[in-house]
Amino acid sequence: MKHWRCARAALRRERGSKPMEARITLQVDGERRALTLDTRTTLLDALRDHLGVMSPKKGCDHGQCGACTVLLDGRRATTCLSFAVAHDGAAITTAQGLAANGALHPVQRAFIAHDGLQCGYCTPGQICSAVGMIEEARAGHPSHVTKDLTGPVALTDDEIRERMSGNLCRCGAYVNILAAIREAAS
Amino acid sequence: MMPFAYERAADPAAAVAAVTGRPGAAFLGGGTNLVDHMKLGIATPDRLVDVSRLPFDRVEALPGGGVRIGAGVRNSDLATHPLIRSRYPVLAQALLAGASAQLRNLATTGGNLLQRTRCVYFQDLTTPCNKRRPGSGCAAIGGFTRYHAILGASEHCVATHPSDMAVAMAALDAVVVVLGEKGERRIPLTDFHRLPGEMPDRDTVLEHGELITAVELPALPFAARSAYRKVRERASYAFALVSVAAALDLADGAIREARLALGGVAHKPWRAVRAEAALRGAPATVESYRRAADAELAPAKPLAGNAFKLPMARNTVIAVLRDLAKEGGA
Repeated sequence: MKHWRCARAALRRERGSKPMEARITLQVDGERRALTLDTRTTLLDALRDHLGVMSPKKGCDHGQCGACTVLLDGRRATTCLSFAVAHDGAAITTAQGLAANGALHPVQRAFIAHDGLQCGYCTPGQICSAVGMIEEARAGHPSHVTKDLTGPVALTDDEIRERMSGNLCRCGAYVNILAAIREAAS
Repeated sequence: MMPFAYERAADPAAAVAAVTGRPGAAFLGGGTNLVDHMKLGIATPDRLVDVSRLPFDRVEALPGGGVRIGAGVRNSDLATHPLIRSRYPVLAQALLAGASAQLRNLATTGGNLLQRTRCVYFQDLTTPCNKRRPGSGCAAIGGFTRYHAILGASEHCVATHPSDMAVAMAALDAVVVVLGEKGERRIPLTDFHRLPGEMPDRDTVLEHGELITAVELPALPFAARSAYRKVRERASYAFALVSVAAALDLADGAIREARLALGGVAHKPWRAVRAEAALRGAPATVESYRRAADAELAPAKPLAGNAFKLPMARNTVIAVLRDLAKEGGA
């Protein structure tokens, strides 16, 4: 604790100012949450450490693994590379918020049915990403492997793999993740 | 991370005023690169001026066939926009080859242009780097150079520019629209990024406080036949070893006009002007493509770890042009 205080005092001397705080509100899984936080707080840390919403996971904390993926204003997004203060007023759906009224989301059910996980750490990010991805495909958004950029999109296995490439699974449960998403998307 | 003040810019002029004259201030867009750099200690702004809610979120058709892209348009929205998909497929493909879907939903057009090199030494505070700390030296030279430049590098820096989007924009003669204290200026994309020379710390010609407001693509009807190909170490979600953006205008089996740019090979998106000159008027044959690639790559200076990029770039240029010509029935 003492060490931490020293570090903070050193920072203040260097900057001639104390850590800055901001007041924001977020709509998290349907609930309006007001919070005051240091401007340095990422959206991920705001969710986990300030609001106790633990389903977005901190994997790499550098935007490389996808474990912190949520639906941000309806679209999948990593939360580790955003400052919470920049998203004042945003609506966030996490994997736990996808299960409305105790009923699991079809993508969640498919992950269970196909055993699309081992340790489970990447799973909430995988599920939010899959939900966002299925919407993108339905809207006709092409991917890197889509041959015809202007045509409708069929979610082939290659398409699913490419579109989910931002979510890493260190256990290597990809085969079953693919099967789960294939079923949920059909 | 150092503490910083945060403010949301009310309008573009206020954003420029808030950063100009404050050496420690920086613009915040999607944050996918800047926030990472702040975590790593590469960037230490004391004030962030958030420009992500400014009205730069539109893609509009310009009279005469061009397109104006707001600087705040997200990479995913740009890639899926009907005007881009139909008129400039090379740009849609380049965007879709970059990062991951959940990053493309955050990353902006202006921020993509301003993203910094992924040179491992630049990102590692324990090593010297002239780009991060001018005058400290370059740890890449004589180090691990697999991902580094083969064209346009200097003895001070061999880093490459990481953007895919910018490579397509270089081929399309895009213009970067910039707002500064003295008003607006327009910078051709090919002049926007710098070669390292003796000042590798400066990635672009932007002055501190200048804000990108838009990117304009001029009309280029033959870009409807264009493509982007990215060669990387994984099938997806990796930076380019080499990439090629190309557009071909063919008539009677001959090349009337060609646009070509390379990524992963230089400190900036590399417009291949020598290759374009060699292609102009040449028959649409593999031999012409090979000659053009060789002309472009003649001045290349590979490093110990990246000699493979030379044949890789040559083969990728040939493959992309051959496929484009085939598509056009030549």
